[in-house]
Amino acid sequence: MFLAGETVRVKDQWPEATGPVHIRTPWYVRGLEGEVVRCLGEFSNPEDLAFARPAEKRPLYHVRFLKGAIWSEAKPDDELLIEIFGHWLEPVGQERP
Amino acid sequence: MNILETDSERLLTAVRSLLERKGIISTAEVMERMASTDAASSGQGARMVAKAWVDPAYRVRMLEDGTKAAEELGIVMRGMPPLGVLESTPEVHNLVVCTLCSCYPRAVLGYPPFWYKSASFRARAVRDPRELLASEWKTVVPDDVKVRVVDSTADYRWMVLPVRPAGTDGWDEERLAGIVREGDMIGVTVPAV
Repeated sequence: MFLAGETVRVKDQWPEATGPVHIRTPWYVRGLEGEVVRCLGEFSNPEDLAFARPAEKRPLYHVRFLKGAIWSEAKPDDELLIEIFGHWLEPVGQERP
Repeated sequence: MNILETDSERLLTAVRSLLERKGIISTAEVMERMASTDAASSGQGARMVAKAWVDPAYRVRMLEDGTKAAEELGIVMRGMPPLGVLESTPEVHNLVVCTLCSCYPRAVLGYPPFWYKSASFRARAVRDPRELLASEWKTVVPDDVKVRVVDSTADYRWMVLPVRPAGTDGWDEERLAGIVREGDMIGVTVPAV
């Protein structure tokens, strides 16, 4: 579980490269750091649900990213707020897989 | 070509009959869902916004739990994804987009406008929202106001509680609801009188 205010990194993983998947983590934040705003509850993992496989409940977080960290031409303090499942997040400071 | 004789229409009829025959869903439930889908319109969201503007306790409940706040006004939320409400203020302007598909708070705003699903809107909303709003909607967000783009990527649906415009002092809920447009509740426009 992640706490509000915690800095997290979106995993720099690309399962799309290896076969059919259904991923709800946008490409443009993979590998980037953001801040957990709050946990939105637990929801069935869409990556299994989409293929009619048994889908575990996974925590879903609202994560804030500074626009300047994504696009250099953006106004630096504008922000993006994105729903990201916990299994796509890692604590910052941990070695990348 | 007769639209009732297309393959997709036959498939729909077959699936519906099977669902009914196997007791998974009744004809009445299908009709009820069709009626509530058709009844959903931005007028529902506008009623919520107007109430939040005149009733501070309702505003707090709405920001806490949009689904419950909608149900309080008699809006049918059963079977719909949870609704979250984001408040725009003089410091922050919210804009809702779904870059992965077209997630939209249909229960309270109805069907999304056609452009909401366009690749152009979706890409520009996250990358350069200020330019998008200014050039397509003449919505100019001042430099000292932060733009917060809400990419609706998963199980929630998001609507915006916009700032109540000046010049509406003393207005009742019905009159206020009349000035809230669909675009105001996803942040491409702001309410004006």
